[in-house]
Amino acid sequence: MKIHQLSLFLENKPGQVIDPCRVLSDAGIDVRTLSLADTAQFGILRLIVSDWTSAAALLEKAGYAVNVTEVVALEVPDRPGGLFELMELLVASGINIEYMYAFPFGRGDRAVLIFRFDHPDAAIERLQAAGINMVGAVDVYSRVS
Amino acid sequence: MSFHPASAPDFLPREQMNALQLDRLQKVAQRAYTKVELFRDRMRGFDGVHSLPEIADLPFTTKSDLRDTYPFGLFASPIEQVVRLHASSGTTGKPIVVAYTKEDLDVWTNVMVRAFAACGLTRGDIIQNAYGYGLFTGGLGAHYGAEALGATVIPISGGNTERQIMVLKDFNVTAICCTPSYFLHLLERAGEMGVNIADLPLRAGIFGAEPWTDSMRARIQVSGGIRAYDIYGLTEIIGPGVAIECEAQDGLHIFEDHFYPEIIDPDTGQPLPEGAEGELVLTTLSKQAMPLLRYRTRDITALIPGPCRCGRTLRRMRRIGRRSDDMLIVRGVNVFPSQIETALLAVEGTLPHYQIVLTRDKGLDQMEVLVEVTSEVFSDKVGALEGLHDRLAAALEHTLGIRAHVRLVGPQTIQRSEGKAKRVFDRRNLA
Repeated sequence: MKIHQLSLFLENKPGQVIDPCRVLSDAGIDVRTLSLADTAQFGILRLIVSDWTSAAALLEKAGYAVNVTEVVALEVPDRPGGLFELMELLVASGINIEYMYAFPFGRGDRAVLIFRFDHPDAAIERLQAAGINMVGAVDVYSRVS
Repeated sequence: MSFHPASAPDFLPREQMNALQLDRLQKVAQRAYTKVELFRDRMRGFDGVHSLPEIADLPFTTKSDLRDTYPFGLFASPIEQVVRLHASSGTTGKPIVVAYTKEDLDVWTNVMVRAFAACGLTRGDIIQNAYGYGLFTGGLGAHYGAEALGATVIPISGGNTERQIMVLKDFNVTAICCTPSYFLHLLERAGEMGVNIADLPLRAGIFGAEPWTDSMRARIQVSGGIRAYDIYGLTEIIGPGVAIECEAQDGLHIFEDHFYPEIIDPDTGQPLPEGAEGELVLTTLSKQAMPLLRYRTRDITALIPGPCRCGRTLRRMRRIGRRSDDMLIVRGVNVFPSQIETALLAVEGTLPHYQIVLTRDKGLDQMEVLVEVTSEVFSDKVGALEGLHDRLAAALEHTLGIRAHVRLVGPQTIQRSEGKAKRVFDRRNLA
């Protein structure tokens, strides 16, 4: 159920995002989705890629500080109120979100979101009990459609 | 030109000075040997000093001796006779401690009176003492010297720049004591406040506690409309007042009736001939509570041969330009790169690649420590990384006693050099 996300440390200065993109491009690795967190001091680039093990090795070799984190991909109905209902459920279950971001594409009438929970295993258990549909790793790494 | 009566020893003929020095050297060496275990161990079979050149047979004392005997191990007087303690930062977080008897404080005040007098200050001058008061020797050393001179002292201590400028202006201050970089900061801030320091009665600055250059002096003198004098001293020996520039501004006169100077080769420890550049070694000739024999200052300078235009016979040393170890002086505080390593190590568990960059912003020293982020400490969470940043900054401030800016940088972004890593980039004197 868990998805492997790569995070890269970036300094907060121009031109920092292009180099990791080049490394992945040269290796033919597809970026499924990403999120960029930034502060005045530094940035963190989070990536979901088609082949995370190769990507992590290549990026470390290219000199990046790489962190591998387990995240969860959830489906929500792609309509007004869809995300709100999921959030209500998470709050009710006492699941804390560290951060979240979306896939640029959906699955039919459903959108797909990446969640970083503080306790992923406990979160998965409660989500399953609540009947929330999680998107499997294979689907996420290849193509959700 | 009139001289302050306390300045009489500044003009002693050489033979009389040498006789005085030998007499005091014999007494202080005997005192150290009799009263202090460390010297007794190092001077086995000591049978007196019979001539000044024989000082070269005495053992050196180093900063690590002070650290190893922390806090009171080098005291030659019982604590009942010690009336003051001061301390300065050491290399490992523990400070070094120095002690003064009543007589030691009198000597300190005496040399500070002579220092101020050499800069042309006298009764009637209003002296703003912006050195920090406290464990640091600068504040109290200058304070008591200025009082004994008969001047009016404003014990404002360091910091609060706007109040410093207000006092400078409203109290008709004629002389100021602070670090040269802080005075540059005052000049800059005064300009922003619409105060032109060159228009004020201020005519002299007694600047010390950090190295500075002739170009800095020129800037200070021109934009401040004052004469800028270099004062030298170190906590281990007494504090400020070991040496002072006179109105000739051609080297610093060493108060050698109390502090005996030698110049040695820092690598071999051998004495160098007069005029040669090397490490300054000082012996406290009259110190009671904590006599130091042949203390290695790590400051590189040279003794200047020949008489001074001011008439003082005290030997002069050139302005300190560099040190033989890696100590940095930032805003008047001693900083060793090893302290920075200790702090980084304490936070991260292993030592990351780092770099120290010193700059000067509006006249004030700024220290930035660049720290490479490794995969081990890196997290996908912004809060965790900000926490790492804050812990590094807090550990540095705790260890160094001054604030350092921490910047997290990517792995492999700090240049690796072959051989000894170049950790320090001092860009303060580029301006």
